[in-house]
Amino acid sequence: MSAIQTSIMAPSRFKSWELMVWVVAFVMPFLMPNYSLLISEIAITALFALSLDLVLGYTGIVSLGHAAFFGMGAYAAALFAKHVNPDPSFGLVIALAVTTALGAFCSLTIMRGSDLTRLMVTLGMALILQELANKLDWLTGGADGLQGVMMGPVLGRFEFDLYGQTAAWYAITVALLFFILMRRWLSSSFGANLQAIRDNRLRAMSIGIHVHSHLAIVYTVAAAVAGVAGGLHAQTTGFASLDVFSFDRSADLMLMLVIGGTGWLWGGIAGAVVFKFLHSVISAITPQYWTFWIGLFLVVLVSVGREKFIRPLTWFKKEGAP
Amino acid sequence: MLTILFDGIAYGMLLFILAVGLAVTMGLMNFINLAHGAFAMAGGYITVLLMQHASVPFLACLPIAFIVPALLGALLEKTLYRRMYSKPHLDQVLFSIGLTFMAVASIDYFVGSSPQIIQLPEYLKGRTELWDGALGMGHYRLCIIAVCALLTVLLQSVLSQTRFGSRLRASVDDQRVAAGLGIDVNVVFLVTFAVGSGLAGLGGAMGAEVLGLDPIFPLKFMIYFLIVVAVGGTSSITGPLLAALLLGIADVAGKYYIPKLGAFIVYSLMIVVLIWRPQGLFSRGSK
Repeated sequence: MSAIQTSIMAPSRFKSWELMVWVVAFVMPFLMPNYSLLISEIAITALFALSLDLVLGYTGIVSLGHAAFFGMGAYAAALFAKHVNPDPSFGLVIALAVTTALGAFCSLTIMRGSDLTRLMVTLGMALILQELANKLDWLTGGADGLQGVMMGPVLGRFEFDLYGQTAAWYAITVALLFFILMRRWLSSSFGANLQAIRDNRLRAMSIGIHVHSHLAIVYTVAAAVAGVAGGLHAQTTGFASLDVFSFDRSADLMLMLVIGGTGWLWGGIAGAVVFKFLHSVISAITPQYWTFWIGLFLVVLVSVGREKFIRPLTWFKKEGAP
Repeated sequence: MLTILFDGIAYGMLLFILAVGLAVTMGLMNFINLAHGAFAMAGGYITVLLMQHASVPFLACLPIAFIVPALLGALLEKTLYRRMYSKPHLDQVLFSIGLTFMAVASIDYFVGSSPQIIQLPEYLKGRTELWDGALGMGHYRLCIIAVCALLTVLLQSVLSQTRFGSRLRASVDDQRVAAGLGIDVNVVFLVTFAVGSGLAGLGGAMGAEVLGLDPIFPLKFMIYFLIVVAVGGTSSITGPLLAALLLGIADVAGKYYIPKLGAFIVYSLMIVVLIWRPQGLFSRGSK
């Protein structure tokens, strides 16, 4: 292999610290069984953040309604488990299939227009689905949420336990699986095309990249991944309620991605870990007014500058200095 | 039937007053301000608190509900918003969501999360029925329509007749050329932002009875303001006016005739319109 090939391929290789992170993640529920619920929540959120990163970080589509797919996946998995088959793996496949279809349909809506139009179309989609879940109360339980979802054992062997250890391992495994798949996919030429579209759509078009088909594919895949995250959420908590579609969820997700850095798969994961950790710390102090601190954080973050914020070393340098 | 139309118009007029400031700022600086509803909420809460604790009459509250959010808007524009204009849209969205969250949590902390009720004065409470009840007009809604129509005419004449109006239009059309001609775009924008926030505050105060008022007001109505702006386009104020009226009538009629579907109709309509004409229904075409 030539030197150039090696240097191009370098970002796609797994580094040893990445392996370490996943090993630590798998050991965590074993060491701290009391925090298993938090750990599985973090894994699910990280997967969800990965999915937004595909859309926002790699392709540059500002979406305020990504919870639409999360919620759809959650309801699909919960309904499937309740009425058809309690097996979790089947449920995930169903959640994946449903949200893939939804994502393919929604990808038609984000092709045209400016950032503002896309923002509103995505937000509108989430609101429509939330409204549907609210009104179809014979199916979804309406505002009370969908209760009484009993899950079968994972792969027919591992029962969900009270502490949530199984749930945590299950969530981490699925997240790892999708992380590896997405990494492979994004380090292919397809991933490079996406970044070209994000950086300069006109130029990407003129070197022969099919912008529309790329956007459609990436949006559909992101929707599917978000659906899987939603399915995991419903399966591990045994519950689906209207808040899976809520605006706060989409906004929080965007915040996580921004904390960790966009256009970098680890960014979503790091953001989810930091955010969830902060959440559990701050809401232990002020449960009700946690959103104030998020808001303040957002304002400060953007005022300082996102790029600067994740690199504390540059805080004291002058603007424009290398 | 006519009553629904009437209520829809009142609702639409209110939405227009609430959103017109957003339309102008968005057209002027290409800034996506999701925190606009927070100013409306400020106006609403000022009115409620003044009426409850200082027993100021309702009509006297309205000017205050205009002035305080306007000053607040000017202050925030000067200190925070101005740095955001050149940032990418993602940053603007994050920033204004942050402001909205802060506003929601602060109101929750200081006033409480329960919905607030405005006690209208007696002379606004009545209801007039015409043609054997075919058209029932609440006096308060009549008053809303009158005030909003007056404001619309006033805004339109300021925009088209005065010197400030022509400066503003020039800045909207091309900011750089306007600045080159010696127009102080920053001042134009500061004034516009303040007036827009003030109008939102006024709308919030007048709408508290119709729309309801609780701490999540900015999030609940954010999408409505955005619809008015995105569907109406930002190039004139007639566009947002028509869009607001359409939205108001569609919403009231939809909720009356098909309560099961509720807000569903409005959102679907919005998506269809935006796919069909991404620049807005009433804009001058693509830039």
